[in-house]
Amino acid sequence: MAKTAKIEVKEEGLIAAMQGFFKTLLEKGDINGLLVPQRLPMKNAVMPTLVTDPEKINGTDPLAPVFPINAAKVVSRLTRRPMYGRVAVVLRPCEIRAFVELVKLKQARIEEVVIVGLDCLGAYGNVDYHRLAGNDGNGSTQKFLQNVLSGKGTAWEDIDISPACKACEHPIPENADLLIGLLGVDTKDHLLLQANTANGEDILDKLKLPTAKEPEGRKKAIDALVAEHSAYRDQMFEETSEATADMEKLTSYLADCINCYNCRVACPVCYCKECVFVTDVFDHEPSQYLQWAKRKGAIKMPTDTVFYHITRLAHMSTACIGCGQCSNACPNNIPVMEIFRTIASFTQKAFDYEAGRSLDDEPPLSIFREDEFQEVVAKMH
Amino acid sequence: MEEFEPTIIAFVCNWCTYTAADLAGTSRLSYPPNVRLIRMMCTGMVDPKYVIKALLEGADAILISGCHPGDCHYINGNYKARRRVRLLKEILPRFGFAEGRVKLTWIGASEGVDFAATIKEMVEEVKALGPNQTKEQMVI
Repeated sequence: MAKTAKIEVKEEGLIAAMQGFFKTLLEKGDINGLLVPQRLPMKNAVMPTLVTDPEKINGTDPLAPVFPINAAKVVSRLTRRPMYGRVAVVLRPCEIRAFVELVKLKQARIEEVVIVGLDCLGAYGNVDYHRLAGNDGNGSTQKFLQNVLSGKGTAWEDIDISPACKACEHPIPENADLLIGLLGVDTKDHLLLQANTANGEDILDKLKLPTAKEPEGRKKAIDALVAEHSAYRDQMFEETSEATADMEKLTSYLADCINCYNCRVACPVCYCKECVFVTDVFDHEPSQYLQWAKRKGAIKMPTDTVFYHITRLAHMSTACIGCGQCSNACPNNIPVMEIFRTIASFTQKAFDYEAGRSLDDEPPLSIFREDEFQEVVAKMH
Repeated sequence: MEEFEPTIIAFVCNWCTYTAADLAGTSRLSYPPNVRLIRMMCTGMVDPKYVIKALLEGADAILISGCHPGDCHYINGNYKARRRVRLLKEILPRFGFAEGRVKLTWIGASEGVDFAATIKEMVEEVKALGPNQTKEQMVI
């Protein structure tokens, strides 16, 4: 049974309660730093910040419905080599799942981090968020929380949370040392704090918070949200499969792509230091283009657009955790997440793998067994 | 109208299938001239992007062929190739490439006869599938 405690919510509201908790965590939690989303002083942008001074935590707002980057990328930066310190990292469930993938791909280490996961209510796209939040960052977060927790839903004016979040069947953090629970919790009174590992329990003891029980309605609230998201996801799979069912459809789906590769830059699990698509391999001779054009009469420039996307699907879809940052980063609103998640659902199933689920499952393309997949080998006479 | 003659790109490993192809030649076996061999050191180095590129450029089918399980010159390259082919067979048909356009076989160095028979059989299969959808596409 996991140890649980409560983070009391006073008159100042949820955000202040969160800030108070993180201050306590930094002061008493036996950690050297805290990586937490914080509202930047110069603009309403919410970015991960690495904080060591408890006094510099006042802009913390991990509940803001936005995550401009998947923070697993910065946790990878912090942990690839020894940091000589222990840092608590506050992450959304999809960021934890991306981090799990990066650890398995040897791009991050888990030894020096304590993972603090939050129930995720979803996030708006980067551009949409700025339209909604305007100049009132905390106010917009409060309004969003109020809407969602009171059952009014995530839609706000003509804007809704991103399709990736709507299709997300993992709103509750997995593999977190400490979990901060909102769903099914009486958030006017307190937030749930749950220790899921020995590390987490150790820290929970140090914080000396009042104990609490997991409320009875929590499981039901979670199940309802997951069911709603799963239904959205399944419909998305169906529509995307139909919209990309042959090359003519696929080229139409990707027609607005300008080969900027932002989706690859934003992808938390696409980890190559230098992507093959920006190397000399694709620095074709000018005469080569002319030859290609001659063969078909005409070619689109820049070339290799569909090639890039299918290759990335082959290279990375088994590690796709569905955070949707690819779509978020696309300047031309191509539904990149939709195609990635759709194909990933098939490729991950083919290898009985689920990206982000566990540190113990081996990434499908990093291992092999002697006696497997006989069906893909053509029979000899 | 002329009969459709498919183009097959074959990624073959230096140690087994390439040697088998060589043996088929020196044994004066005949097989259809539709195949273009690309000699690799091992099927384990056939990145999915080679297969994808060839199909997008209009190749009608891809053959990947290496040593029998247990015979790989590099111990386990063919097992890795098998996983990658499994992956490609999950992805490519969803974009309209018939499953038969990607084929994986194990043909050992002494099996020149099998090499010739495999190519012959594959050419027939691909003829039945018809030309690859990307042949005339200007946007890829």
